[in-house]
Amino acid sequence: MELPTQTFRVTRADLIRYAGASGDFNPIHWSDRFATGVGLPGVIAHGMFTMALVGRAVTTWAGAPDAVVDYGVRFTRPVVVPDDDSGTEIVVTAVVREVTETGLTRLDITATCQGDKVLSQARATVRTAG
Amino acid sequence: MSLDHSFVGKTYPPTAPYQVGREKIREFARAIGATDSVHHDPEAARALGHPDVVAPPTFPIVLTMAANQQMIEDPDLGIDYTRVLHGDQRFAYTRPVVAGDELVCVNAIEEITSRGGHVFVTSRTEVHTTAGEPVVTAWMKLVVRGEA
Repeated sequence: MELPTQTFRVTRADLIRYAGASGDFNPIHWSDRFATGVGLPGVIAHGMFTMALVGRAVTTWAGAPDAVVDYGVRFTRPVVVPDDDSGTEIVVTAVVREVTETGLTRLDITATCQGDKVLSQARATVRTAG
Repeated sequence: MSLDHSFVGKTYPPTAPYQVGREKIREFARAIGATDSVHHDPEAARALGHPDVVAPPTFPIVLTMAANQQMIEDPDLGIDYTRVLHGDQRFAYTRPVVAGDELVCVNAIEEITSRGGHVFVTSRTEVHTTAGEPVVTAWMKLVVRGEA
């Protein structure tokens, strides 16, 4: 079963806010000068910010904000966030891989930005019974 | 760069307790756009059986990434942090983190592998309360890029 697609807009302001909230002040997430100096195309989103947005998609699909029992991703490609008002967009889809007899639902998740997959092996297990 | 594979299994001392604050959970939830009341309103959280506001699933990274500095800055291990990328991240939850938790992290090096000139270091962080109740286990794989 395929779950409804969810999209998340990401702007530079979101990265600054996430840096402050998470304590991850790596300059590749706020300085174009630094990011291009280490060979990146520009400022990129924190991988953990992308994982957090995908986590929101998971809890929305689960219908419960406290139902995640296992959640893992591999960061395969950076999410480049331009310095403009519209930023970029992350598109998240998932399929239900398994529903166990104990009330767990396992999801295989796909997250793309500008048509490219930014995560691989993205999987979540959510509690759906009780 | 090559890392000594004999470090697999090395465990670091428990970190100082991290006090999970209600406002920190609200701030983190706002930063990721998580508007569900369970992250913001203690009454809504209690209605779902939690003692206080509930942290979003990736909130433990605030603790575990800081705790992993033990490994990243371990002079014996010798990771060149300027060449590090975040490769993988996983959380397995016993229960969600809630405001009021006092959490301690215990880091261990679970795996070190080499491929294509890069070194991959996986840490496992057991997060438990100061009373010893397990809360979440986090795995972080770092990619230490080779000198291309």
